[in-house]
Amino acid sequence: MPYMQSSRKKLFLVRKLSKGVYIIGSGEAKYGELWDRSLREIAVEAGLKAVESAGIRTKDLGAIYMGNSLGGDISMQEHLSALMSDHAGIASEFVPSVRVEASTASGAAAFREAYLGIKSGEYEIAMVGGAEKMTELYGSEIIDITSSIIDREWEAFTGATPAALAAISARKYMADFNVPREILAHISVNDHANASLNENAHFRNKISLEQALNATPIAEPLNLMDCAPLSDGASSLILASENYVKEHGIEGVKIMGSAMSQGEFALHSRKSLYTVEPTRIAAETALKQAGIGIKDISMVEIHDSYSIYGLMALEDLGFAKKGNAREIVENGIGIDGNLPVNPSGGLKAKGFPYGASGVGQIVEAYNQLKNKAGKRQVKNARYAMTHSQAGSGAASIVHILGVE
Amino acid sequence: MGELSRMWREMPSRYRMEGRKCENCSRVYFPPRDICPVCHRDSIGKMKPVDIAGNGEIISYTVVHETPPAFIRQKPYVLAIIKLDEGPMITGQIVDSEPEEIKMGSRVKSVFRRISEDGKSGVIHYGYKFTLDK
Repeated sequence: MPYMQSSRKKLFLVRKLSKGVYIIGSGEAKYGELWDRSLREIAVEAGLKAVESAGIRTKDLGAIYMGNSLGGDISMQEHLSALMSDHAGIASEFVPSVRVEASTASGAAAFREAYLGIKSGEYEIAMVGGAEKMTELYGSEIIDITSSIIDREWEAFTGATPAALAAISARKYMADFNVPREILAHISVNDHANASLNENAHFRNKISLEQALNATPIAEPLNLMDCAPLSDGASSLILASENYVKEHGIEGVKIMGSAMSQGEFALHSRKSLYTVEPTRIAAETALKQAGIGIKDISMVEIHDSYSIYGLMALEDLGFAKKGNAREIVENGIGIDGNLPVNPSGGLKAKGFPYGASGVGQIVEAYNQLKNKAGKRQVKNARYAMTHSQAGSGAASIVHILGVE
Repeated sequence: MGELSRMWREMPSRYRMEGRKCENCSRVYFPPRDICPVCHRDSIGKMKPVDIAGNGEIISYTVVHETPPAFIRQKPYVLAIIKLDEGPMITGQIVDSEPEEIKMGSRVKSVFRRISEDGKSGVIHYGYKFTLDK
């Protein structure tokens, strides 16, 4: 091995291999129906807020990773990483940037790439941005575009939509485990209650169980209140190496675990209609990396694009056995509950800008662990888990953050 | 819904449910696969066309109310995941029945139907749907 020949080179290698990766800043543009704001505007707002919160300057960035799912179809704009970086006024710094796409998990995938970039020793500081403009298209048109996160030729072609596939999972789940609609509705009620305390959330209104149960049907048995909305929004984070954090005396939040797993693409190809195997594997891997158990988790942000996916995630992540998520729900998932779930308001109420949500979940976890979550602060939050799912469960990304 | 060639090249599978059989392990795949996920590279060159009878059982279903533009005239429609007698599960619509008649476990058979059309002057797409096998 040539690099072992000189001790100077060896020392250099040790220094280059950054041990830990930390989050040192976060920023968000409000989620919602932002008719008067463009994709580039909200992305840059979130990014610059993150830079400011981290106390760095844009020229300090080693790389930019941009999470976005449907920009090409919705805004007819590709190469968003370059556009955002230029619009943020840093083209003259020639910072490398790339867009990362993994459908509804694009944001979490971008975050993971930034984490790996720093962990490899290549960069000291990296920016992650997640942004999506979902309201650029109207009504049924957007349902066609969002159906590109499922198999276009063998699912969407037949009339399947993301909501329809979630509903198929929901009906089977409810029948096999004798779970009533109320348990699903609780996931949405909890999201709205938490979002009422989040000024960046799309929906700030609380909803009652009755409202959740009696909304307009979308794909039976799921109704409007089981489905996350079409939101515009952008979130951003700044990541730094352990060296950087120590040299500058910054108290960051450590990324203790980061895992992604990929399974069958179409729902009909999976062994189970209500088990997302990639979620189980990613959670297990991330917990192992972090050296903690599922019971050590103080709060979790789950990918509840549909209420049923919330229940499935609680089980696949390891909080409950298959079919038993109702126990977690009944034991309290509020901010002061046994397991605080989606203190941000979740995908249902904080909002669901596809490529931004995965970053937004980590922004919430970061603020919770920094004790900066205000009225929705989870008490004694020490370890936070975030879960982002692609489509109907083709892939999952799990992160564990912690404070020492 | 896309370009003509994208639909045209899938016609054998869409019109008469042509799947693939892995001659290494005898498993049948529909929609067709070029590589067997069980045999991996041992299946290269051994994935042969096989006709699917189109009979099966409803595993789960939904009634779709919010649809893409191409399906608006059909709503609400029943969409199901069906386990075919040959083994694979597929996604398809259940037609010619009221939603109340449909149950998990119901037997179904495939029928050749219009799936969607590209607007007023565009291509009409055909393929398989399912009816209850009473």
